[in-house]
Amino acid sequence: MNKEILQLIYLVGSVSFMIGLKMLSKPDTARKGNLVAAFGMTIAILGTIFLYDGIKTSNYGWIFGGLIIGSILGTLSAKKVKMTQMPEMVSLFNGMGGACAMLISAVEFTHLTHNYEIGALPHGQLLIIMLGLIIGSISFVGSLVAWGKLSGRVGDKTLKLQQLVNIGLLVFILGIACYTIFAGPAETVTYFYVIWGLSVLYGILFVMPIGGADMPVVISLLNSFTGVAAAMGGFLYDNKVMLVGGILVGSAGTLLTLVMCKAMNRSLTNVLIGNFGGGSSGESATSPSGGHIREINAGDTAILLKYANKVIIVPGYGLAVAQAQHVCHELEELLESEGVGVKYAIHPVAGRMPGHMNVLLAESNVSYDKLVEMEHINPEFTTTDVVLVVGANDVVNPAAKTDPSSPIYGMPILDVENAKNIIVMKRSMKAGYAGIENELFYQPKTSMLFGDAKGTLTKLVAEVKAL
Amino acid sequence: MLEFINSNIQIVYLVILMIFVGVELIEKVPSVLHTPLMSGANAIHGVVIIGAIIIMGQAESMFATILGFISVILGTLNVVGGFVVTDRMLEMFKKRK
Repeated sequence: MNKEILQLIYLVGSVSFMIGLKMLSKPDTARKGNLVAAFGMTIAILGTIFLYDGIKTSNYGWIFGGLIIGSILGTLSAKKVKMTQMPEMVSLFNGMGGACAMLISAVEFTHLTHNYEIGALPHGQLLIIMLGLIIGSISFVGSLVAWGKLSGRVGDKTLKLQQLVNIGLLVFILGIACYTIFAGPAETVTYFYVIWGLSVLYGILFVMPIGGADMPVVISLLNSFTGVAAAMGGFLYDNKVMLVGGILVGSAGTLLTLVMCKAMNRSLTNVLIGNFGGGSSGESATSPSGGHIREINAGDTAILLKYANKVIIVPGYGLAVAQAQHVCHELEELLESEGVGVKYAIHPVAGRMPGHMNVLLAESNVSYDKLVEMEHINPEFTTTDVVLVVGANDVVNPAAKTDPSSPIYGMPILDVENAKNIIVMKRSMKAGYAGIENELFYQPKTSMLFGDAKGTLTKLVAEVKAL
Repeated sequence: MLEFINSNIQIVYLVILMIFVGVELIEKVPSVLHTPLMSGANAIHGVVIIGAIIIMGQAESMFATILGFISVILGTLNVVGGFVVTDRMLEMFKKRK
Protein backbone atom coordinates (compact mmCIF):
# COMPACT_ATOMS: atom_id res chain seq x y z
CA MET A 1 0.00 0.00 0.00
CA ASN A 2 2.75 2.40 1.04
CA LYS A 3 4.62 1.67 -2.13
CA GLU A 4 1.64 2.54 -4.31
CA ILE A 5 1.02 5.81 -2.50
CA LEU A 6 4.69 6.72 -2.82
CA GLN A 7 4.59 6.15 -6.58
CA LEU A 8 1.61 8.49 -6.76
CA ILE A 9 3.49 11.10 -4.74
CA TYR A 10 6.47 10.77 -7.08
CA LEU A 11 4.13 11.28 -10.03
CA VAL A 12 2.74 14.48 -8.52
CA GLY A 13 6.30 15.58 -7.73
CA SER A 14 7.47 14.96 -11.31
CA VAL A 15 4.54 16.85 -12.80
CA SER A 16 5.09 19.78 -10.43
CA PHE A 17 8.73 19.98 -11.60
CA MET A 18 7.57 20.26 -15.20
CA ILE A 19 4.88 22.84 -14.41
CA GLY A 20 7.27 24.75 -12.16
CA LEU A 21 9.96 24.92 -14.82
CA LYS A 22 7.42 26.06 -17.40
CA MET A 23 6.14 28.82 -15.11
CA LEU A 24 9.70 29.86 -14.30
CA SER A 25 10.26 30.75 -17.93
CA LYS A 26 7.60 33.54 -17.90
CA PRO A 27 8.07 36.76 -15.89
CA ASP A 28 4.52 36.88 -14.54
CA THR A 29 4.41 33.35 -13.22
CA ALA A 30 8.07 32.80 -12.38
CA ARG A 31 7.82 33.24 -8.64
CA LYS A 32 4.83 30.92 -8.34
CA GLY A 33 6.63 28.40 -10.55
CA ASN A 34 9.49 28.27 -8.08
CA LEU A 35 7.02 27.56 -5.28
CA VAL A 36 5.29 24.85 -7.31
CA ALA A 37 8.62 23.08 -7.86
CA ALA A 38 9.49 23.51 -4.17
CA PHE A 39 6.15 21.93 -3.24
CA GLY A 40 6.87 18.95 -5.48
CA MET A 41 10.28 18.57 -3.88
CA THR A 42 8.86 18.70 -0.35
CA ILE A 43 6.28 15.97 -0.88
CA ALA A 44 8.84 13.80 -2.70
CA ILE A 45 11.27 14.11 0.23
CA LEU A 46 8.65 13.49 2.93
CA GLY A 47 7.16 10.62 0.95
CA THR A 48 10.57 8.97 0.66
CA ILE A 49 11.28 9.31 4.37
CA PHE A 50 7.99 7.85 5.56
CA LEU A 51 6.91 5.49 2.79
CA TYR A 52 10.05 4.15 1.09
CA ASP A 53 10.61 0.44 1.64
CA GLY A 54 13.61 -0.28 3.85
CA ILE A 55 14.12 3.09 5.53
CA LYS A 56 14.92 2.16 9.12
CA THR A 57 13.17 4.18 11.78
CA SER A 58 16.35 3.94 13.85
CA ASN A 59 18.02 6.12 11.22
CA TYR A 60 15.36 8.86 11.37
CA GLY A 61 17.56 10.82 13.73
CA TRP A 62 20.34 11.00 11.17
CA ILE A 63 17.96 11.87 8.33
CA PHE A 64 16.16 14.66 10.16
CA GLY A 65 19.43 15.86 11.66
CA GLY A 66 20.90 16.21 8.17
CA LEU A 67 17.75 17.85 6.83
CA ILE A 68 17.65 20.37 9.65
CA ILE A 69 21.36 21.26 9.47
CA GLY A 70 21.15 21.59 5.68
CA SER A 71 17.96 23.68 5.82
CA ILE A 72 19.34 26.09 8.40
CA LEU A 73 22.68 26.53 6.62
CA GLY A 74 20.99 26.78 3.22
CA THR A 75 18.38 29.32 4.29
CA LEU A 76 20.85 31.48 6.18
CA SER A 77 23.40 31.63 3.38
CA ALA A 78 20.71 32.18 0.74
CA LYS A 79 19.09 34.99 2.76
CA LYS A 80 22.34 36.66 3.72
CA VAL A 81 23.95 36.74 0.28
CA LYS A 82 24.05 40.10 -1.48
CA MET A 83 22.44 40.49 -4.90
CA THR A 84 25.88 40.87 -6.48
CA GLN A 85 26.98 37.52 -5.08
CA MET A 86 23.98 35.52 -6.32
CA PRO A 87 25.93 33.89 -9.16
CA GLU A 88 28.58 32.56 -6.78
CA MET A 89 25.87 31.26 -4.48
CA VAL A 90 24.12 29.38 -7.30
CA SER A 91 27.44 27.84 -8.25
CA LEU A 92 28.11 26.77 -4.67
CA PHE A 93 24.68 25.16 -4.25
CA ASN A 94 25.16 23.40 -7.57
CA GLY A 95 28.45 22.00 -6.28
CA MET A 96 26.69 20.64 -3.21
CA GLY A 97 24.27 18.72 -5.44
CA GLY A 98 27.20 17.34 -7.45
CA ALA A 99 28.97 16.25 -4.26
CA CYS A 100 25.78 14.55 -3.08
CA ALA A 101 25.54 12.54 -6.33
CA MET A 102 29.24 11.68 -6.04
CA LEU A 103 28.88 10.34 -2.49
CA ILE A 104 25.79 8.31 -3.43
CA SER A 105 27.84 6.60 -6.12
CA ALA A 106 30.65 5.88 -3.64
CA VAL A 107 28.29 4.27 -1.13
CA GLU A 108 26.42 2.30 -3.77
CA PHE A 109 29.72 1.00 -5.11
CA THR A 110 30.63 -0.46 -1.72
CA HIS A 111 27.16 -2.05 -1.55
CA LEU A 112 27.72 -3.55 -4.98
CA THR A 113 31.15 -5.01 -4.12
CA HIS A 114 29.61 -6.31 -0.92
CA ASN A 115 26.78 -8.13 -2.67
CA TYR A 116 28.62 -9.52 -5.70
CA GLU A 117 31.98 -11.15 -6.42
CA ILE A 118 34.59 -8.82 -7.92
CA GLY A 119 34.69 -9.68 -11.61
CA ALA A 120 31.01 -10.56 -11.65
CA LEU A 121 29.62 -7.11 -10.84
CA PRO A 122 26.52 -6.35 -12.94
CA HIS A 123 27.67 -4.17 -15.84
CA GLY A 124 24.59 -1.96 -16.05
CA GLN A 125 24.63 -0.91 -12.41
CA LEU A 126 28.38 -0.43 -12.39
CA LEU A 127 28.15 1.76 -15.49
CA ILE A 128 25.52 3.96 -13.85
CA ILE A 129 27.50 4.22 -10.63
CA MET A 130 30.66 5.16 -12.55
CA LEU A 131 28.85 7.81 -14.59
CA GLY A 132 27.28 9.25 -11.45
CA LEU A 133 30.70 9.34 -9.82
CA ILE A 134 32.51 10.95 -12.75
CA ILE A 135 29.84 13.54 -13.58
CA GLY A 136 29.11 14.30 -9.93
CA SER A 137 32.81 14.83 -9.13
CA ILE A 138 33.39 17.10 -12.12
CA SER A 139 30.31 19.14 -11.25
CA PHE A 140 31.30 19.38 -7.58
CA VAL A 141 34.89 20.46 -8.06
CA GLY A 142 34.16 22.53 -11.17
CA SER A 143 31.48 24.49 -9.32
CA LEU A 144 33.85 25.16 -6.45
CA VAL A 145 36.46 26.52 -8.87
CA ALA A 146 33.80 28.63 -10.63
CA TRP A 147 32.69 29.94 -7.24
CA GLY A 148 36.30 30.78 -6.37
CA LYS A 149 36.75 32.61 -9.66
CA LEU A 150 33.59 34.69 -9.36
CA SER A 151 34.40 35.72 -5.82
CA GLY A 152 37.93 36.58 -6.85
CA ARG A 153 39.59 33.88 -4.75
CA VAL A 154 40.95 32.01 -7.76
CA GLY A 155 42.62 33.61 -10.79
CA ASP A 156 42.66 32.43 -14.40
CA LYS A 157 45.44 29.94 -14.95
CA THR A 158 46.26 28.14 -18.16
CA LEU A 159 48.86 25.44 -18.54
CA LYS A 160 50.67 24.91 -21.81
CA LEU A 161 48.65 22.63 -24.07
CA GLN A 162 45.90 22.70 -21.46
CA GLN A 163 43.17 21.71 -23.92
CA LEU A 164 45.13 18.69 -25.10
CA VAL A 165 45.84 17.65 -21.52
CA ASN A 166 42.14 18.02 -20.67
CA ILE A 167 40.91 15.96 -23.60
CA GLY A 168 43.58 13.34 -22.96
CA LEU A 169 42.62 13.12 -19.31
CA LEU A 170 38.91 12.77 -20.09
CA VAL A 171 39.57 10.01 -22.63
CA PHE A 172 41.83 8.29 -20.10
CA ILE A 173 39.15 8.45 -17.37
CA LEU A 174 36.48 7.04 -19.68
CA GLY A 175 38.96 4.41 -20.87
CA ILE A 176 39.71 2.99 -17.43
CA ALA A 177 36.03 3.27 -16.50
CA CYS A 178 35.09 1.10 -19.51
CA TYR A 179 37.91 -1.35 -18.77
CA THR A 180 36.86 -1.65 -15.13
CA ILE A 181 33.20 -2.16 -15.99
CA PHE A 182 33.50 -4.63 -18.82
CA ALA A 183 36.73 -6.52 -18.14
CA GLY A 184 36.09 -6.79 -14.39
CA PRO A 185 39.73 -6.78 -13.23
CA ALA A 186 40.67 -8.00 -9.78
CA GLU A 187 41.73 -4.45 -8.79
CA THR A 188 38.25 -3.01 -9.50
CA VAL A 189 38.13 -1.26 -6.12
CA THR A 190 41.51 0.44 -6.67
CA TYR A 191 40.49 1.52 -10.17
CA PHE A 192 37.29 2.98 -8.75
CA TYR A 193 39.24 5.28 -6.45
CA VAL A 194 41.70 6.17 -9.23
CA ILE A 195 38.75 7.16 -11.44
CA TRP A 196 37.33 9.21 -8.59
CA GLY A 197 40.62 11.06 -8.05
CA LEU A 198 41.14 11.73 -11.75
CA SER A 199 37.57 13.04 -12.13
CA VAL A 200 38.21 15.52 -9.33
CA LEU A 201 41.42 16.60 -11.09
CA TYR A 202 39.55 16.93 -14.37
CA GLY A 203 36.93 19.14 -12.72
CA ILE A 204 39.69 21.56 -11.71
CA LEU A 205 41.47 21.52 -15.07
CA PHE A 206 38.18 21.92 -16.95
CA VAL A 207 37.14 25.19 -15.33
CA MET A 208 40.57 26.66 -14.51
CA PRO A 209 41.45 28.08 -17.95
CA ILE A 210 38.01 29.58 -18.64
CA GLY A 211 37.88 33.33 -18.09
CA GLY A 212 35.80 34.84 -15.30
CA ALA A 213 33.56 36.62 -17.80
CA ASP A 214 32.42 33.25 -19.16
CA MET A 215 31.62 31.78 -15.75
CA PRO A 216 27.80 32.12 -16.14
CA VAL A 217 27.93 29.81 -19.14
CA VAL A 218 30.14 27.35 -17.25
CA ILE A 219 27.87 27.37 -14.21
CA SER A 220 24.87 26.72 -16.42
CA LEU A 221 26.72 23.82 -18.03
CA LEU A 222 27.79 22.35 -14.68
CA ASN A 223 24.19 22.79 -13.56
CA SER A 224 23.01 20.50 -16.33
CA PHE A 225 25.84 18.06 -15.45
CA THR A 226 24.51 17.79 -11.92
CA GLY A 227 21.07 17.17 -13.40
CA VAL A 228 22.43 14.21 -15.33
CA ALA A 229 24.27 12.95 -12.23
CA ALA A 230 20.98 13.11 -10.29
CA ALA A 231 19.28 11.17 -13.08
CA MET A 232 21.91 8.44 -12.65
CA GLY A 233 20.60 8.08 -9.10
CA GLY A 234 17.12 7.74 -10.59
CA PHE A 235 18.35 4.85 -12.73
CA LEU A 236 20.05 3.22 -9.79
CA TYR A 237 17.02 3.23 -7.52
CA ASP A 238 14.49 2.95 -10.34
CA ASN A 239 13.14 6.20 -8.93
CA LYS A 240 11.02 8.15 -11.42
CA VAL A 241 11.01 11.51 -9.69
CA MET A 242 14.82 11.60 -9.56
CA LEU A 243 14.95 10.57 -13.18
CA VAL A 244 12.43 13.19 -14.33
CA GLY A 245 13.95 16.00 -12.24
CA GLY A 246 17.49 15.13 -13.28
CA ILE A 247 16.88 14.71 -16.99
CA LEU A 248 14.66 17.82 -17.15
CA VAL A 249 17.42 19.93 -15.65
CA GLY A 250 20.00 18.17 -17.79
CA SER A 251 18.26 19.00 -21.05
CA ALA A 252 16.79 22.39 -20.07
CA GLY A 253 20.16 23.36 -18.61
CA THR A 254 22.01 22.40 -21.77
CA LEU A 255 19.61 24.45 -23.88
CA LEU A 256 19.91 27.38 -21.49
CA THR A 257 23.70 27.17 -21.80
CA LEU A 258 23.41 27.37 -25.58
CA VAL A 259 20.97 30.29 -25.35
CA MET A 260 23.42 32.15 -23.13
CA CYS A 261 26.25 31.52 -25.59
CA LYS A 262 24.04 32.78 -28.39
CA ALA A 263 23.36 35.99 -26.46
CA MET A 264 27.12 36.57 -26.55
CA ASN A 265 27.30 35.50 -30.17
CA ARG A 266 29.83 32.81 -29.37
CA SER A 267 29.76 29.05 -29.67
CA LEU A 268 30.06 26.77 -26.68
CA THR A 269 33.35 25.35 -27.98
CA ASN A 270 34.66 28.88 -28.27
CA VAL A 271 33.80 29.54 -24.63
CA LEU A 272 35.31 26.29 -23.42
CA ILE A 273 38.45 26.29 -25.53
CA GLY A 274 39.14 29.86 -26.66
CA ASN A 275 40.41 31.20 -23.36
CA PHE A 276 39.41 34.74 -22.68
CA GLY A 277 42.02 37.25 -21.66
CA GLY A 278 44.94 35.34 -23.13
CA GLY A 279 46.36 35.43 -26.65
CA SER A 280 45.98 38.55 -28.73
CA SER A 281 44.72 40.84 -25.97
CA GLY A 282 48.27 41.17 -24.67
CA GLU A 283 49.50 43.06 -27.71
CA SER A 284 46.39 45.01 -28.59
CA ALA A 285 46.20 46.30 -25.04
CA THR A 286 49.00 48.76 -25.59
CA SER A 287 48.08 50.05 -29.05
CA PRO A 288 45.26 52.53 -28.42
CA SER A 289 46.61 53.90 -25.17
CA GLY A 290 48.50 56.55 -27.14
CA GLY A 291 45.20 58.42 -27.44
CA HIS A 292 43.99 61.03 -24.99
CA ILE A 293 41.17 60.71 -22.61
CA ARG A 294 39.00 63.60 -21.57
CA GLU A 295 37.94 63.93 -17.98
CA ILE A 296 34.73 65.61 -16.87
CA ASN A 297 33.50 66.55 -13.40
CA ALA A 298 30.14 65.90 -11.80
CA GLY A 299 28.99 69.51 -12.21
CA ASP A 300 29.45 69.58 -15.98
CA THR A 301 27.88 66.14 -16.28
CA ALA A 302 24.83 67.33 -14.36
CA ILE A 303 24.39 70.25 -16.77
CA LEU A 304 24.66 67.94 -19.78
CA LEU A 305 22.11 65.58 -18.29
CA LYS A 306 19.61 68.22 -17.20
CA TYR A 307 19.46 69.94 -20.55
CA ALA A 308 19.32 66.79 -22.60
CA ASN A 309 16.12 65.53 -24.23
CA LYS A 310 17.01 61.91 -24.13
CA VAL A 311 19.38 60.05 -21.86
CA ILE A 312 20.24 56.36 -21.95
CA ILE A 313 21.88 54.72 -18.96
CA VAL A 314 24.06 51.68 -19.64
CA PRO A 315 24.48 49.75 -16.38
CA GLY A 316 27.23 47.20 -15.85
CA TYR A 317 28.95 45.22 -13.16
CA GLY A 318 30.33 48.39 -11.57
CA LEU A 319 26.76 49.41 -10.68
CA ALA A 320 26.19 46.05 -8.99
CA VAL A 321 29.46 46.11 -7.07
CA ALA A 322 28.86 49.62 -5.75
CA GLN A 323 25.22 48.73 -4.90
CA ALA A 324 24.33 51.94 -6.72
CA GLN A 325 20.99 50.79 -8.17
CA HIS A 326 18.90 52.86 -5.75
CA VAL A 327 20.71 56.12 -6.31
CA CYS A 328 20.71 55.37 -10.03
CA HIS A 329 16.92 55.13 -9.89
CA GLU A 330 16.85 58.39 -7.92
CA LEU A 331 18.81 60.15 -10.64
CA GLU A 332 16.51 58.70 -13.29
CA GLU A 333 13.38 59.96 -11.47
CA LEU A 334 14.92 63.36 -10.93
CA LEU A 335 15.76 63.73 -14.61
CA GLU A 336 12.31 62.51 -15.63
CA SER A 337 10.74 65.16 -13.41
CA GLU A 338 12.84 67.72 -15.30
CA GLY A 339 11.33 66.43 -18.55
CA VAL A 340 14.27 64.35 -19.70
CA GLY A 341 13.44 60.98 -21.25
CA VAL A 342 15.50 58.30 -19.51
CA LYS A 343 15.87 54.67 -20.51
CA TYR A 344 18.17 51.82 -19.54
CA ALA A 345 20.01 49.82 -22.17
CA ILE A 346 20.34 46.24 -21.03
CA HIS A 347 23.02 44.15 -22.68
CA PRO A 348 22.19 40.45 -22.38
CA VAL A 349 25.44 39.67 -20.59
CA ALA A 350 26.01 42.89 -18.65
CA GLY A 351 27.11 42.07 -15.13
CA ARG A 352 28.20 38.60 -14.23
CA MET A 353 25.06 36.76 -15.28
CA PRO A 354 22.43 37.17 -17.97
CA GLY A 355 19.56 39.11 -16.45
CA HIS A 356 21.80 40.41 -13.65
CA MET A 357 20.98 44.07 -14.41
CA ASN A 358 17.24 43.47 -14.67
CA VAL A 359 17.16 41.85 -11.27
CA LEU A 360 19.30 44.58 -9.78
CA LEU A 361 17.29 47.49 -11.20
CA ALA A 362 13.99 45.82 -10.43
CA GLU A 363 15.16 45.73 -6.83
CA SER A 364 15.23 49.51 -6.75
CA ASN A 365 11.77 49.69 -8.36
CA VAL A 366 12.86 50.88 -11.78
CA SER A 367 9.79 50.44 -13.95
CA TYR A 368 9.93 47.37 -16.18
CA ASP A 369 9.27 49.23 -19.44
CA LYS A 370 12.31 51.47 -18.93
CA LEU A 371 14.62 48.48 -19.29
CA VAL A 372 15.17 48.06 -23.00
CA GLU A 373 16.97 45.07 -24.47
CA MET A 374 19.91 45.53 -26.79
CA GLU A 375 18.22 44.90 -30.17
CA HIS A 376 15.50 47.45 -29.42
CA ILE A 377 17.69 50.19 -27.98
CA ASN A 378 20.55 50.09 -30.49
CA PRO A 379 18.73 52.10 -33.20
CA GLU A 380 17.86 54.73 -30.57
CA PHE A 381 21.42 55.78 -29.78
CA THR A 382 21.66 58.05 -32.84
CA THR A 383 18.89 60.27 -31.41
CA THR A 384 20.26 60.23 -27.87
CA ASP A 385 21.91 63.27 -26.34
CA VAL A 386 23.78 61.68 -23.47
CA VAL A 387 24.72 58.09 -22.80
CA LEU A 388 25.72 57.43 -19.22
CA VAL A 389 27.80 54.27 -18.97
CA VAL A 390 27.77 53.19 -15.32
CA GLY A 391 30.42 50.60 -14.59
CA ALA A 392 30.08 48.77 -17.90
CA ASN A 393 33.04 48.19 -20.18
CA ASP A 394 33.26 45.14 -22.45
CA VAL A 395 29.62 45.42 -23.57
CA VAL A 396 30.30 48.84 -25.10
CA ASN A 397 33.72 48.05 -26.53
CA PRO A 398 33.78 48.80 -30.28
CA ALA A 399 36.65 46.33 -30.68
CA ALA A 400 33.96 43.64 -30.76
CA LYS A 401 32.98 45.03 -34.17
CA THR A 402 36.24 46.34 -35.56
CA ASP A 403 39.16 44.26 -34.29
CA PRO A 404 39.14 40.63 -35.47
CA SER A 405 42.09 39.86 -33.18
CA SER A 406 40.13 40.88 -30.09
CA PRO A 407 38.92 38.05 -27.86
CA ILE A 408 35.44 39.58 -27.79
CA TYR A 409 35.29 40.03 -31.57
CA GLY A 410 31.83 39.11 -32.83
CA MET A 411 30.02 39.74 -29.56
CA PRO A 412 27.08 42.10 -30.19
CA ILE A 413 27.58 45.37 -28.32
CA LEU A 414 25.55 48.44 -27.45
CA ASP A 415 26.24 51.09 -30.10
CA VAL A 416 26.76 53.89 -27.61
CA GLU A 417 29.29 55.60 -29.90
CA ASN A 418 26.38 56.79 -32.09
CA ALA A 419 25.12 59.10 -29.35
CA LYS A 420 26.03 62.79 -29.21
CA ASN A 421 27.82 62.58 -25.85
CA ILE A 422 29.13 59.60 -24.00
CA ILE A 423 29.98 59.78 -20.33
CA VAL A 424 31.76 56.79 -18.90
CA MET A 425 31.67 56.38 -15.15
CA LYS A 426 34.51 54.17 -14.01
CA ARG A 427 36.69 53.80 -10.99
CA SER A 428 39.93 53.91 -12.98
CA MET A 429 41.30 53.33 -16.45
CA LYS A 430 41.74 49.65 -15.66
CA ALA A 431 40.54 47.21 -18.32
CA GLY A 432 37.22 45.38 -17.93
CA TYR A 433 36.64 41.79 -16.98
CA ALA A 434 37.82 40.43 -20.31
CA GLY A 435 41.11 42.24 -19.68
CA ILE A 436 41.10 44.26 -22.89
CA GLU A 437 41.54 47.93 -23.65
CA ASN A 438 38.48 49.93 -24.73
CA GLU A 439 38.94 52.38 -27.60
CA LEU A 440 35.65 54.04 -26.80
CA PHE A 441 37.31 55.87 -23.92
CA TYR A 442 39.69 57.64 -26.31
CA GLN A 443 37.05 58.89 -28.73
CA PRO A 444 36.49 62.66 -28.89
CA LYS A 445 32.80 62.35 -27.95
CA THR A 446 33.63 60.42 -24.80
CA SER A 447 34.28 61.93 -21.39
CA MET A 448 35.44 60.01 -18.36
CA LEU A 449 33.91 60.58 -14.95
CA PHE A 450 36.12 58.77 -12.46
CA GLY A 451 34.98 57.46 -9.10
CA ASP A 452 32.94 54.80 -7.40
CA ALA A 453 29.51 54.44 -9.06
CA LYS A 454 27.51 55.07 -5.92
CA GLY A 455 29.52 58.11 -4.80
CA THR A 456 29.51 59.68 -8.25
CA LEU A 457 25.80 59.12 -8.82
CA THR A 458 25.03 60.62 -5.42
CA LYS A 459 27.08 63.68 -6.38
CA LEU A 460 25.26 63.88 -9.72
CA VAL A 461 21.87 63.81 -7.99
CA ALA A 462 22.96 66.65 -5.72
CA GLU A 463 24.36 68.68 -8.64
CA VAL A 464 21.21 68.24 -10.75
CA LYS A 465 19.07 69.30 -7.77
CA ALA A 466 21.26 72.36 -7.22
CA LEU A 467 20.97 73.55 -10.82
CA MET B 1 24.32 -4.38 -22.66
CA LEU B 2 21.48 -5.03 -25.12
CA GLU B 3 19.75 -7.00 -22.42
CA PHE B 4 20.20 -4.14 -19.99
CA ILE B 5 18.57 -1.67 -22.36
CA ASN B 6 15.74 -4.08 -23.11
CA SER B 7 14.97 -4.72 -19.48
CA ASN B 8 14.88 -0.97 -18.83
CA ILE B 9 13.13 0.05 -22.02
CA GLN B 10 10.43 2.05 -20.18
CA ILE B 11 13.08 4.14 -18.50
CA VAL B 12 14.86 4.70 -21.79
CA TYR B 13 11.61 6.01 -23.27
CA LEU B 14 11.08 8.22 -20.22
CA VAL B 15 14.59 9.70 -20.54
CA ILE B 16 14.16 10.52 -24.21
CA LEU B 17 10.73 12.09 -23.66
CA MET B 18 12.05 14.15 -20.74
CA ILE B 19 14.89 15.48 -22.89
CA PHE B 20 12.32 16.83 -25.35
CA VAL B 21 10.08 18.17 -22.61
CA GLY B 22 13.05 19.97 -21.01
CA VAL B 23 13.93 21.64 -24.30
CA GLU B 24 10.31 22.59 -25.07
CA LEU B 25 9.62 23.96 -21.61
CA ILE B 26 12.19 26.69 -21.68
CA GLU B 27 12.18 27.64 -25.33
CA LYS B 28 12.00 31.39 -25.91
CA VAL B 29 12.77 32.35 -22.35
CA PRO B 30 13.48 36.10 -22.13
CA SER B 31 17.05 36.95 -21.11
CA VAL B 32 15.68 38.65 -17.98
CA LEU B 33 14.89 35.22 -16.63
CA HIS B 34 18.08 33.37 -17.56
CA THR B 35 19.61 33.65 -14.11
CA PRO B 36 16.48 32.86 -12.04
CA LEU B 37 15.66 29.96 -14.36
CA MET B 38 19.16 28.55 -13.98
CA SER B 39 18.85 28.92 -10.25
CA GLY B 40 15.42 27.25 -10.20
CA ALA B 41 16.70 24.35 -12.29
CA ASN B 42 19.63 24.15 -9.88
CA ALA B 43 17.19 23.65 -7.00
CA ILE B 44 15.25 20.99 -8.94
CA HIS B 45 18.27 18.78 -9.51
CA GLY B 46 18.56 18.81 -5.74
CA VAL B 47 16.09 15.92 -6.08
CA VAL B 48 19.27 13.87 -5.82
CA ILE B 49 18.66 14.20 -2.07
CA ILE B 50 16.15 11.36 -2.37
CA GLY B 51 19.07 9.06 -3.16
CA ALA B 52 20.88 10.41 -0.11
CA ILE B 53 17.84 9.74 2.11
CA ILE B 54 17.56 6.18 0.79
CA ILE B 55 21.24 5.55 1.56
CA MET B 56 20.97 7.14 4.97
CA GLY B 57 17.79 5.25 5.81
CA GLN B 58 19.28 1.88 4.85
CA ALA B 59 22.74 2.52 6.29
CA GLU B 60 24.17 -0.20 8.48
CA SER B 61 27.93 0.31 8.29
CA MET B 62 29.78 3.27 9.76
CA PHE B 63 31.01 4.18 6.27
CA ALA B 64 27.50 4.38 4.82
CA THR B 65 26.20 6.26 7.85
CA ILE B 66 28.85 8.98 7.66
CA LEU B 67 28.74 9.42 3.88
CA GLY B 68 24.94 9.18 3.92
CA PHE B 69 24.68 11.84 6.60
CA ILE B 70 27.03 14.19 4.74
CA SER B 71 25.15 13.66 1.49
CA VAL B 72 21.79 14.39 3.15
CA ILE B 73 23.24 17.71 4.39
CA LEU B 74 24.72 18.53 0.98
CA GLY B 75 21.50 17.60 -0.82
CA THR B 76 19.40 19.70 1.55
CA LEU B 77 21.72 22.66 1.03
CA ASN B 78 21.19 22.30 -2.71
CA VAL B 79 17.40 22.08 -2.42
CA VAL B 80 16.69 24.65 0.28
CA GLY B 81 19.42 27.11 -0.72
CA GLY B 82 18.44 26.77 -4.37
CA PHE B 83 14.75 27.51 -3.85
CA VAL B 84 15.35 30.35 -1.39
CA VAL B 85 17.91 32.08 -3.64
CA THR B 86 15.57 31.74 -6.63
CA ASP B 87 12.70 33.17 -4.62
CA ARG B 88 14.84 36.12 -3.56
CA MET B 89 15.74 36.84 -7.17
CA LEU B 90 12.14 36.66 -8.30
CA GLU B 91 10.87 38.72 -5.38
CA MET B 92 12.36 41.69 -7.21
CA PHE B 93 9.88 41.29 -10.04
CA LYS B 94 6.72 41.24 -8.02
CA LYS B 95 6.31 44.95 -7.29
CA ARG B 96 6.47 46.24 -10.83
CA LYS B 97 3.30 48.13 -11.68
